[in-house]
Amino acid sequence: MPKDHGIGASTKRREDVRFLTGAGNYTDDVNVWGQAYVAFVRSDVAHGTLNGVDTAEAEAMPGVIRVFTGKDFEGVGSIPCGWQITDRHGEPMKEPPHPVLAQGKVRHVGDPIAAVVAESLQEARDAADAVVADISDLPAVVDMKQAVASSDTLVHDDLGTNLCYDWGFVEENREAVDKAIQEAAHVTTLELVNNRLVANPMEPRVAVGDYSRADDMSTLYTTSQNPHVIRLLMGAFVLGIPEHKLRVVAPDVGGGFGTKIFHYAEEAFCTFAARQIKRPVKWTSTRGEAFMSDAHGRDHVTKIELAMDAENNFTALRTETYANMGAYLSTFAPSVPTWLHGTLMAGNYKTPLIYVNVKAVFTNTVPVDAYRGAGRPEATYQLERVIDKAARERGVDPMALRRQNFITEFPYATPVAVEYDTGDYNATLDKLEEIADLAGFDKRRAESEAKGKLRGLGINCYIEACGIAPSNLVGQLGARAGLYESATVRVNATGSISVMTGSHSHGQGHETSFPQVVAEMLGIPEDQVDIVHGDTANTPMGMGTYGSRSIAVGGSAMVRATEKIINKAKKIAAHLMEAAEADIELKDGAFSVAGTDKSVAWGDVCLAAYVPHNYPLEDIEPGLEETAFYDPSNFTYPSGAYCCEVEVDPETGHVTVERFAAADDFGNVINPMIVEGQVHGGVAQGIGQALLENCVYDETGQLLSASYMDYAMPRADNVPMVTVDHSCQTPCTHNPLGVKGCGEAGAIGSPPSVINAVIDALHSGGFTHVTHIDMPATPNRVWAAMQG
Amino acid sequence: MYAFEIERPTSVAEAVTALGTEEAQPLGGGQTLIPTLKQRLAMPSKLVALTAIADMKYVRRDGDTLAIGGGTTHGTVAKEAATHFPGLAGLAARIGDPAVRNRGTIGGSIANNDPSACYPSAALACGATIVTNTREIAADDYFQGMFMTALEEGEIVTEVRFPIPEKSAYMKFEQIASRFPLVGVFVAKYADRVGVGVTGASNDGVFRWSEAEEALAGDFSADAVAGLTAPDASDMISDLHGTGAYRAHLIGVMTKRGVAAAS
Amino acid sequence: MTEVTMTVNGKSVRRAVRGNELLVEFLREQLRLTGTHVGCDTSQCGACCVHVNGELVKACSMFAAEAEGAEVTTIEGVANADGSLNVIQQAFQDHHGLQCGFCTPGMVMSAASLLKENPKPTEAEVRHWLQGNICRCTGYHNIVKAIMAASGQDVATVAAE
Ligand SMILES: Cc1cc2nc3c(=O)[nH]c(=O)nc-3n(C[C@H](O)[C@H](O)[C@H](O)COP(=O)(O)OP(=O)(O)OC[C@H]3O[C@@H](n4cnc5c(N)ncnc54)[C@H](O)[C@@H]3O)c2cc1C
Ligand code: FES
Ligand code: FES
Repeated sequence: MPKDHGIGASTKRREDVRFLTGAGNYTDDVNVWGQAYVAFVRSDVAHGTLNGVDTAEAEAMPGVIRVFTGKDFEGVGSIPCGWQITDRHGEPMKEPPHPVLAQGKVRHVGDPIAAVVAESLQEARDAADAVVADISDLPAVVDMKQAVASSDTLVHDDLGTNLCYDWGFVEENREAVDKAIQEAAHVTTLELVNNRLVANPMEPRVAVGDYSRADDMSTLYTTSQNPHVIRLLMGAFVLGIPEHKLRVVAPDVGGGFGTKIFHYAEEAFCTFAARQIKRPVKWTSTRGEAFMSDAHGRDHVTKIELAMDAENNFTALRTETYANMGAYLSTFAPSVPTWLHGTLMAGNYKTPLIYVNVKAVFTNTVPVDAYRGAGRPEATYQLERVIDKAARERGVDPMALRRQNFITEFPYATPVAVEYDTGDYNATLDKLEEIADLAGFDKRRAESEAKGKLRGLGINCYIEACGIAPSNLVGQLGARAGLYESATVRVNATGSISVMTGSHSHGQGHETSFPQVVAEMLGIPEDQVDIVHGDTANTPMGMGTYGSRSIAVGGSAMVRATEKIINKAKKIAAHLMEAAEADIELKDGAFSVAGTDKSVAWGDVCLAAYVPHNYPLEDIEPGLEETAFYDPSNFTYPSGAYCCEVEVDPETGHVTVERFAAADDFGNVINPMIVEGQVHGGVAQGIGQALLENCVYDETGQLLSASYMDYAMPRADNVPMVTVDHSCQTPCTHNPLGVKGCGEAGAIGSPPSVINAVIDALHSGGFTHVTHIDMPATPNRVWAAMQG
Repeated sequence: MYAFEIERPTSVAEAVTALGTEEAQPLGGGQTLIPTLKQRLAMPSKLVALTAIADMKYVRRDGDTLAIGGGTTHGTVAKEAATHFPGLAGLAARIGDPAVRNRGTIGGSIANNDPSACYPSAALACGATIVTNTREIAADDYFQGMFMTALEEGEIVTEVRFPIPEKSAYMKFEQIASRFPLVGVFVAKYADRVGVGVTGASNDGVFRWSEAEEALAGDFSADAVAGLTAPDASDMISDLHGTGAYRAHLIGVMTKRGVAAAS
Repeated sequence: MTEVTMTVNGKSVRRAVRGNELLVEFLREQLRLTGTHVGCDTSQCGACCVHVNGELVKACSMFAAEAEGAEVTTIEGVANADGSLNVIQQAFQDHHGLQCGFCTPGMVMSAASLLKENPKPTEAEVRHWLQGNICRCTGYHNIVKAIMAASGQDVATVAAE
């Protein structure tokens, strides 16, 4: 019987009720009395010298309160980058300034030049049209290899180069890897593109800045995955507002997928402008603005070489990647192609020698940063594609080749500096074979062929690293922040509980799953526990939600705080029952004395803590509230095996995903329903990347895919039902819940299997010259590949 | 959006009067015009909404002709044309999504003449007549290249009249993002001729593929199309969703499939 | 400014509107019915779906002035009379058909129209119908399941095949 409450139960989500009745409170639903509206004037050219901005006409227009330009931000800080990479030669990365409003130059289409604040949105937009920016066009830097090869055109003149860093990992392995590849019995080489994506949470970004003269307090309501991080970055680095005078609120947030981690110019602008005009200032992004101002994702160009011995054992791996940073360094951008990508290049395999080279490049495009998976999908894609290609070249079964090279003993230290604590890659692959009904594939292929379609099967494995930590290590790697999480468990006098967490839920269901854990630990009903999150004013310092870290790091902090509560409550119970503390047991919401029938209810202990009439005041303080900060000792390493079956229409190149199966090892699972939902969503994004989504700039730096008319979002009829399984569980050994995190797996694990399946389908139709098709495998690309 | 006024006349005559104002523009279902206005690509002084004109909303059979009021939504055509002219109903049923079909109108689609709009392919293939408040225009004369039509300023499409074919089908190969046709082909077979209207593909907007029409007139079979050379790729649209060569290729495939599917 | 009168969730309202005021702006800003969302500017995402005279409409693609005399129903007006979730809403909760909840009001309104037109849709019909409703979170799996469950069909094995 599946559990019906507590850890492991598919408790229905309590937050759904408000979302289903229109009672959610998203940032755009926040209106502050007296608010003004801002419209940004954005660059329509990719690169140019900004000679001046004429705001006179706009300022004279009805309703206009003030027009801001880059000049207003001289003396204001630059939007900071949160991670510094050290390059192959020990030099720090190049780190250009990122002004809130453009100064001197515009560097991408959408770069904000001016901002009009007016009484109404209509008036702000009308006046924005009247702002005249005098721009001398410069040639645009778009292609990464050209950007590095020539310094004729520089995105940032002062840097003298478009290369942000040239990173080698592990640099000491470089020569050994080169040698192993030279001497290998077989080397499979693949050049590929990890296509640029736009995260596209359905809720566009919104920022409402407010300022109270009464107490000199600034408040920012924003669509953020991590309000504390925004408070720190914006307060300390950009605007110089001390943290106790700055409150950041991220209410209901309509999806993030990474792009709402970062600190954006619009947030700083609204907070700044509200202080200047002494009125609240609201900005709501249109989708069109989102395409040119939300940080994009992926955009790697990679060459990968896999060396094998005569028995097909992997002997070495070498990759060279060009990673697009865009025009400025977004908050975590430098870490994505390096520490979130290079460290995962071992995958599930015991390849002894690995060398990863990454050249991060500035271009005249929107900044690129973490998008669901961030670095790990790029690592998984190249590795799992090159293995598939190798299997074909060697004439061996792609699954057998993988199994032969699997890591089977744990803990396992990879040659790329991480240590996998647990895993069982054969188990997830076995499970996949079963749930994907691989045995029935030949029959399904025959049925497709009878309809004139080609059917292909693709599989891949993946490993990911969640809950990036520990802080002292990431500090050495260049992180400018800690990566712990915090929780305060406040037991109220009558026994109900508020858990203040630094994690942030924007679809993940924390309001339901976090209480499951606390309720189980205390033996009380889940509805006695509420989560408070998303407001720096009433939660302890937290790092927010990304990188599948919430339950592994935030959940662990909550467990630690709850343990402290239990310890203290036991002391109180011992006092109440006049027993020794060591004899007190907590079960089903009551404290009892071992071996006796004495017991005291949870609620009575809580009441005693707040009405301490009969209370050990000399030993412990009244009250029942505890805070814990949890800093993990290692990443967690979810892993799994995915399978995709496609049909290709040989006349048009159109690909449909017919079946998809995912066998994951997430360690222990708190709420299976929510975990499965995370996989479904991730897989749809992965299928989107593989077949549909592509963010395209032309050579002049114009964004061609600037709306849903040209950027293909997965719709209901693009994806199949997804068969998911998470019964293979090797619990994490180093966090108290034994959990690994599940938020990104779907997006990491799915693209290679889709492309592997497309290639397989084409081979079955005799198109054996096709060894690779870049994502997205659009009908045109597949058709063109078939033509040869 | 720029600021403008909106009027809702209840008759064509009132609408024509209202459209007499400088920079006034008709508003059909708004499914194209409203997104355009949001991008500030149009600056009308006044919109004259046609949605309250009951006389422009009908699907009427008159012998071998199906007459559709210019204000009739795609959703209504999908339902009410189904028994008379399944090919056209099938086309309407695949325009956009259910909400778009509840608002978007045939008059708006024909007036806009988007190079990827579905209806124009049927109108051309069938030799439809475009009826306005002042005149009747043959489809061959009406469509004049991307977004260009024979309509004069302030002229309203009040009806589109289709000769009902013996058999017809619309084949839509969707652009993956917008779901408009990357290539759409309407095939209509009459006793004495075959019409093949192609949308989405050409730099010159919707067109008739006359080679296919001729070949199919003699032999209405998929094989008859197989031998044809595809239209010249250099005349076809080339963009991030498809090259000219690909579009030219798809025209052949969609025509063949249309012939096979025609009912 | 023109005056419009319409019935929204059973209540008659009369307000002055700008000529270019969209129905969704009217609902969100004038009536403070913020359950209807805006997710795009190209009429594609469906976050804004409402019913106008019983028909599914994108409230971002219709002017408020055009709703003169109309009956408008938004997500705030679809729960059962006693305030409990209606069959579709309940199915979305039961089958985890929502994550961030942003697309959800539009999904529920769209699903209601589908089931009115086609009370027992197949999986393919549900997916086709939802072409105008984009969800970035759920991968649609559980949305499709929820809608089929709301139509009274057995979805216990729906993922397996
Ligand atoms: C998400 C989405 C998907 C779509 N997919 C498709 C598709 O697959 N295929 C397709 O063909 N279309 C598609 N469309 C467009 C849709 O069919 C529009 O409804 C149609 O093109 C315009 O019709 P309308 O009534 O909405 O006109 P409007 O948008 O109101 O007007 C369009 C133009 O026509 C003028 N106009 C309107 N009515 C008349 C009239 N009676 N007489 C003279 N001029 C008039 C207007 O002034 C305006 O210039 C899609 C639209 C959307 C939003
Ligand atoms: S907001 Fe209406 S369709 Fe996107
Ligand atoms: S639930 Fe987040 S967009 Fe659908």
